[in-house]
Amino acid sequence: MPPTIDRRGAALRGPSAVDVALEVNGERVVVHVPPRRTLLDALREQLGLTGTKKVCDEGTCGACTVLVDGRPVYSCLTLAIACENRRVETIEGLAKDGELHPVQRAFVDTDAFQCGFCTPGQVMSIVALLRTVPQPTEDDVKRAVAGNLCRCGAYPNIVAAGVSAGRRKRT
Amino acid sequence: MTLAPPRPGARVKVRGVIGEPAPREDAVPKVKGEFQYASDLWREGMLHGATLRSPYPFARIRKVDVSAAAKLPGVRAVLTQDDVPGKKTYGLMDRDDQPVLADGYVRFVGEPVAVVAADTIEQARAATKAIVLEYEVLEPTFDPIAAIQPSAAKLHPKGNVLERVRILHGDPAAKADVVVEGEYEFAMQDQAALGPEAGLAIPREDGGVTLHVATQWLHEDLDQLAPCLGLPESKVRIVLSGVGGAFGAREDTSIQIHACLLALKTRRAVRMTYGREESFFGHVHRHPARLFYAHGATKKGELVFVRATIVLDGGAYASSSSAVVANAGSFAAGPYRVPNAVVDCVGARTNNPPTGAMRGFGAVQSCFAYEAQMDKLAKACGLDAVEIRMRNGLVEGDAIITSQPLVGSAPIAEIVRRCASLPLPETAAHRDQSELPGGHANVTRGEGVVRGVGYAVGFKNVCYSNGFDDFATARVRLFADAEGPLARVHTAAAEVGQGINTVQLQIARTELGIERVELETADTNVGSAGSSSASRQTWMTGHAVLQACREVRQELVRRAEREGLTLDRTDLADLLDRPIEKTVTYRHQDTEKRRPDGQSRGHVAFMFAAHRAVVDVDVETGLVKVVQVATAQDVGKAINPLGVIGQIEGGIAQGVGLAVMEELIVEKGRIRNASFTDYLIPTILDMPPVIADVIEHPHPDGPYGAKGVGEAPTISSTAAVVAAIRAATNRDLERVPVRPDDIVFGTSSRSGWRIAPGDDPRRAVRG
Repeated sequence: MPPTIDRRGAALRGPSAVDVALEVNGERVVVHVPPRRTLLDALREQLGLTGTKKVCDEGTCGACTVLVDGRPVYSCLTLAIACENRRVETIEGLAKDGELHPVQRAFVDTDAFQCGFCTPGQVMSIVALLRTVPQPTEDDVKRAVAGNLCRCGAYPNIVAAGVSAGRRKRT
Repeated sequence: MTLAPPRPGARVKVRGVIGEPAPREDAVPKVKGEFQYASDLWREGMLHGATLRSPYPFARIRKVDVSAAAKLPGVRAVLTQDDVPGKKTYGLMDRDDQPVLADGYVRFVGEPVAVVAADTIEQARAATKAIVLEYEVLEPTFDPIAAIQPSAAKLHPKGNVLERVRILHGDPAAKADVVVEGEYEFAMQDQAALGPEAGLAIPREDGGVTLHVATQWLHEDLDQLAPCLGLPESKVRIVLSGVGGAFGAREDTSIQIHACLLALKTRRAVRMTYGREESFFGHVHRHPARLFYAHGATKKGELVFVRATIVLDGGAYASSSSAVVANAGSFAAGPYRVPNAVVDCVGARTNNPPTGAMRGFGAVQSCFAYEAQMDKLAKACGLDAVEIRMRNGLVEGDAIITSQPLVGSAPIAEIVRRCASLPLPETAAHRDQSELPGGHANVTRGEGVVRGVGYAVGFKNVCYSNGFDDFATARVRLFADAEGPLARVHTAAAEVGQGINTVQLQIARTELGIERVELETADTNVGSAGSSSASRQTWMTGHAVLQACREVRQELVRRAEREGLTLDRTDLADLLDRPIEKTVTYRHQDTEKRRPDGQSRGHVAFMFAAHRAVVDVDVETGLVKVVQVATAQDVGKAINPLGVIGQIEGGIAQGVGLAVMEELIVEKGRIRNASFTDYLIPTILDMPPVIADVIEHPHPDGPYGAKGVGEAPTISSTAAVVAAIRAATNRDLERVPVRPDDIVFGTSSRSGWRIAPGDDPRRAVRG
């Protein structure tokens, strides 16, 4: 286990692969990564968490959205090493004890996707929104997922899902 | 056999039948991130494939040397055309058209030249860069009209005319009081499915291979793949993996043959996944087009003739160009009564990226032009956009310009009227900067914002046309386990997000009267379902499942009768000591091949939609906000109303994108914007509210009266948005997508070719 170091220190590690400790969906894991490896690739290729999708790989589509310390980030633009000792939440960590998260439930009920490829990113963006705005308006939801492309055009239902997930949480 | 006593009225209401809004069958795994898409596939010890692509639009390959690449660490195979063991070419509609790997020539930027398998993707990519190639650069041809002139250089042994369809209907020399003309340009749109092209090929003990892949048509892939691999079809199995959107782009093969070649060569599992940039180079796009039109009408605005010449750019290889050309031609006059028509439609081979299937398939290009023409005609006759469409709209029994009469409802006047009567949005107050066209990027205070309203109507065929043997197979197995009767439905229909899996389950529940129905994974172990394209799966696979279920039910009736029981009063499980399995292949009614004059009953059925778009245009900055799209669409029967609405909204999203932002910019054969940073598709902030009036006039031949749904929303929504921008700006806007420059400066987009509408474009004159 590498010693806990601050983020300025992290920049001095490498250039060869290093062990990086992360908290992923509540579990502490260590990944052996070259410093330039993105969080997205570390999740998908090393931890087998393929729910987070690689679509544009350059920060324009939002399909790779995960939460780091509760904030939504594009994991394709985030280096794994920059997440050392930070809390990473992915789509796989949302359902608890076989129960869908209210946002996941709302996506199912409102038919908020077709092919589903953008869905993990959309869901994570809305989960982050609900933590700060528990009962979002349509506009709140639109702004929260303005960086998440959906080519199937399920947008109207994504808005509905976000709003209804907020109501659902309250009850 | 012991029989339970009959339970009068025991039949409980079955949930999830047709007509009910049903959640998607794959919804829960998709929201949990557990659904396995093709790019998520993984196998212990698998190799990674990479492709070397041509940097030139047209060149002869003088020399290929892979020796240095093959020696790099981790590299397990480097393959070129010489290593293809079987047939060296493939193609969606012409198997002799496109080389599996470049055959001594490259004909477009991005053409696959060699493929590599290595232990890591980085090693595979490094090896592609170590392949030594010497090219002799040849003079490319990018202008599709130039490419089809008799003097043009031949770009391919098969010549530069991929297809030509000439339609002669009525009197070609008909005269009219009012004539309007126009030349239109239609740029290249991309399907831009978010899921990249991907698959995993696994070699088998028997020398065969199993391919897990995201595709639209498993059996078509198999039919192209097996000969190239030099294997009988029995040794190749293709399994549908999770598909992250398709929209036509997955009808052609991408990684399929390459991944299997590498797997067979290395005897290892090989995964290939395109990155985003490579995806733009590695799949076909929507055909760009030049359209030359003349419409003639009486002073009252009744159509007398339509003349059109359409040139579609097929790019370097054939793909499905022949069928796209046939569609663009046969729908060239729109869903209107047109007594006289001359249409000449050609697909050109060029050194641009290949084009093929995309939602709407030829009908979108024509619709953009004929609907612009209808608005011009309305203006010339002093009619409004709604009136001219209602006056000329086809009704049941009318014939289209191929002389095919319309069977089933053709409610043009009705959909236009109903669309026009949907509520309009309020005038924007622009209280917030974000409400302006361009949102926060708009630095004005909205002084130049003008509202416009536009209409368009479109139509298209459902299922395959022109004599194609179109069929779908379904196998339904009904048996009982500890929990009671259970049905398993097995088809090869590709669920690409459109919802066919849910439709299959709904049909089986309806027909069998049980709720427990499961789907087998779609693969080539069952007969073909045909492609998830041409809005045909609900019709085709829907019919096949329906009929298979009815045969299962007939067997249940026979069993019940043998036992002296009445089926409706019997517990099904009691009749299922042995399973019942039925396999049915459904074929739609025959269609005719096209005659030399283009006349034929070439289509099975038609779908219709009308769109009204409301836009706010900032005429100073050229920015457009689509404020609302209203639509009325005849779907025959909404088997899954939730899915129908999803298709309508999604199709409109893509239509709006094409109208105002989506364009693959191709310069000298090279795509300049092969990324989602530069190829813009609508975000949630670009998506207008959609009001949909779903009309259900059952079609006599569709399952439960259903027609196809998925394409109609894309066909006329683009034309409606552009019509609305014209109304706001008074610009002609003869090109799509509409760019800010076109709005502010009225930039001309003429081709520089002189072609009288209806004339053969292979005899065009410059100037």
